[in-house]
Amino acid sequence: MNAKRLVLLVGAVLVLAGFGYLVYGGIGNNLVYFLTPSELKAKGAAAIDSPVRLGGMVVPGSVTWNAEAIDLRFRMTDGKGTIEVHARKAPPQMFRDGQGVVVEGKLTRAGIFDASNLMVKHSNEYRPPAPGHVPQEMYRSLVKEAGTS
Amino acid sequence: MTRILGSTAIVVALALAVYGAVAAVVGVRRRDGALIRSSQAAAYANCGLLTLATLAMVYALLTHDFSISYVAQVGSRATPTFFTIISLWSALEGSILFWGFVLSVYTASVVYFTRGRLGSLGSYALATLHAVGIFFYLLLTGVANPFGAVFPVPADGPGPNPLLQNHPLMAVHPPFLYVGYVGMTVPFAFAIGALISGRLDDVWLKATRRWTMTAWIFLSLAIVAGMWWSYEVLGWGGYWAWDPVENASFMPWLTATAFLHSVMVQERRGMLRVWNLTLIIATFLLTILGTFLTRSGILSSVHAFANGPIGYYFLGFIALVLLVSLVLLAGRSAELKTAGHLDRLASREFTFLINNLLLSAFCFTVLLGTLFPLVAEAVRGVKVSVGGPFFNRMSLPIIVTLLFLLGVGPALPWRGAGADVLGRRLLPAAVAAGVVAALALALRVPSFYAVLAFAFAAFALVSNVQEFVTGARARMRAHGESAPRALLRLIGANRRRYGGYIAHLGVLAVATGIAASAAYRFEREVTLKPGQTVTVRGYTVRFDGLWAKDEPQRFVVGADIAALDARGRPYRTLTPRLNFYRNGGEPITTPAVRTRLDDDLYINLLAFERDGSSATVHVIVEPLVAWIWIGGLIVALGAAIGTIPTGARVRSRKVVRV
Repeated sequence: MNAKRLVLLVGAVLVLAGFGYLVYGGIGNNLVYFLTPSELKAKGAAAIDSPVRLGGMVVPGSVTWNAEAIDLRFRMTDGKGTIEVHARKAPPQMFRDGQGVVVEGKLTRAGIFDASNLMVKHSNEYRPPAPGHVPQEMYRSLVKEAGTS
Repeated sequence: MTRILGSTAIVVALALAVYGAVAAVVGVRRRDGALIRSSQAAAYANCGLLTLATLAMVYALLTHDFSISYVAQVGSRATPTFFTIISLWSALEGSILFWGFVLSVYTASVVYFTRGRLGSLGSYALATLHAVGIFFYLLLTGVANPFGAVFPVPADGPGPNPLLQNHPLMAVHPPFLYVGYVGMTVPFAFAIGALISGRLDDVWLKATRRWTMTAWIFLSLAIVAGMWWSYEVLGWGGYWAWDPVENASFMPWLTATAFLHSVMVQERRGMLRVWNLTLIIATFLLTILGTFLTRSGILSSVHAFANGPIGYYFLGFIALVLLVSLVLLAGRSAELKTAGHLDRLASREFTFLINNLLLSAFCFTVLLGTLFPLVAEAVRGVKVSVGGPFFNRMSLPIIVTLLFLLGVGPALPWRGAGADVLGRRLLPAAVAAGVVAALALALRVPSFYAVLAFAFAAFALVSNVQEFVTGARARMRAHGESAPRALLRLIGANRRRYGGYIAHLGVLAVATGIAASAAYRFEREVTLKPGQTVTVRGYTVRFDGLWAKDEPQRFVVGADIAALDARGRPYRTLTPRLNFYRNGGEPITTPAVRTRLDDDLYINLLAFERDGSSATVHVIVEPLVAWIWIGGLIVALGAAIGTIPTGARVRSRKVVRV
């Protein structure tokens, strides 16, 4: 009876340990770090191909958007470092120069950040919206279109 | 006036809960029936008081009484009445108020249905319910006071979080979740009552079975409604992202599901008594942890809209419950020795054992993945999140094994069967699994786990349906009943068993829907000028133009997208929209979803040109998504059948005969 219990106990411990190892390894390989462009650059080659959530600001004048090919390129900065971002994604409606954005993806060997997801970050600080990017104006211009056509 | 009414009701409720907890304990010790009855009266009174406070808040919201802090925080004159009412649970204080209300209703109902029947067990359980009440009423009088005074009184408020006023499902998901979460307090209270009173037999299990089932049904529906909400609002065509908030609702569901199965082992075989107590205590702790995660602002997430000291209260409460439970369990360990023992591996009880092991491992994995970022940030100072691939890699093997067990379990009798019986019984199911697996491989199903999921789902489907067929056939022979009648009678006479099998069928539908929609998702992002078309997986849609609409609380910009038939004629217009709320920066999407039993066509408006010259849309085609929602309803239906007392039917039949 005691021997049977011991076997069961050892078995349970082994299963738990194996499971724990799996979990630990699984977490380690699937961590997504929240970084800024300068922090990502500081990591150097170690950052290549590991999932990152990158937060920063769209460098004014850096955005090129090809609507036909759904191809978006822009530079992103945290004031100290700048990184080129490439996304095969449409920019969200509120995406614009100087906007805070968060992109998810990986740094490629070429040093370009390949983003699979792109989110506009709503800052808590109030910043006056750029002309033409106020929702009211978007709405008004569309209503006018509808009214005249 | 409303403010004073509401806050007074809560303060009195707090005092009564303290009194009720003490009176119940002292009443049992002194065998003083009057004291116990006064504790029960306190439970009824608190139900009235919390109802009053909640109604006062709803009234304040409806009358835009901005002198009340919660109304000033989430109210707005522009918000439609429907969303004004449900903004009761759109932020921290209102949610805790609603929680307290639900708890007071549960406490009063428990008293009503069990009073005078359970002796010291019932009284200690009542004391525990009062004690949990003390915690929430304390929050409501302090850190989460919804009835704070605002001066000067603002003329208008910001309105609720835009994400939470964009879809009517917000009227379903949060209240169902709370009814499910809070309901787990009842079996927990009886577990604690059993430990303190020393009545460690099955009485506490039987007394709480219907409560646990009810809570579980609501929790299941809440999770599915949350998935549906996510699908209908967030615009990415998915329904589950292993977001901490989703995990928070899923973890107690896993342990509660394990509990629903393992109690049967205790009832039948007298085993797993410590385990059952542990599971229900863990379930309760996970509901509190879930509330802590979602309501303390500790994780960056949609639901985390509060910051402040409330997190410490929750942590303190979790620590207290954990400590008390462990001390009680340790103190009773000698009396909790297992009465029965496992005869064979090929038995019903052994599949339940494995089912429990897997569900617990599942819960443990989700817990680790959810809490890891908190630990990493606290210890190493880095901000990380655990990616979806971790959860998928860990959970997929567990899920497919559970699907397999779901087929094996019903086929195995209690105490076990021989290999020959087992083989005969499972042969049709195994054949079905083989056929589906071969079919899936032939059709090149892209994921290994999807193949396994389909095969095991077929296996479990046949095995569970076989139970109905065998049972109904036996009745047809024995009673000469017609097939439908035999089936209904069969279910009616063994509700718990067959209700359980129906719930299994629902789980299979959910699993198949998830596996299919994850494995076969076709999508395209495209910018279209008016008149241009795009084709995804056989569906051709045409962009016809943009429109805009002004509503009191938001502007809406929508795109008219025509779905075209094979000859290029439009047969239906889909209108994905972007909603610009006046109180929020980011537009909230309202994707257009055309749901059918075979597949969903899902179109999300990503961006548009202000002059209406083009729109960028995300077109997604996914199969079998509808079965996730249908499956959720089947699960609830099956569980509800299993919850209805068999006695009621028997009694009514007797009346008819007389």
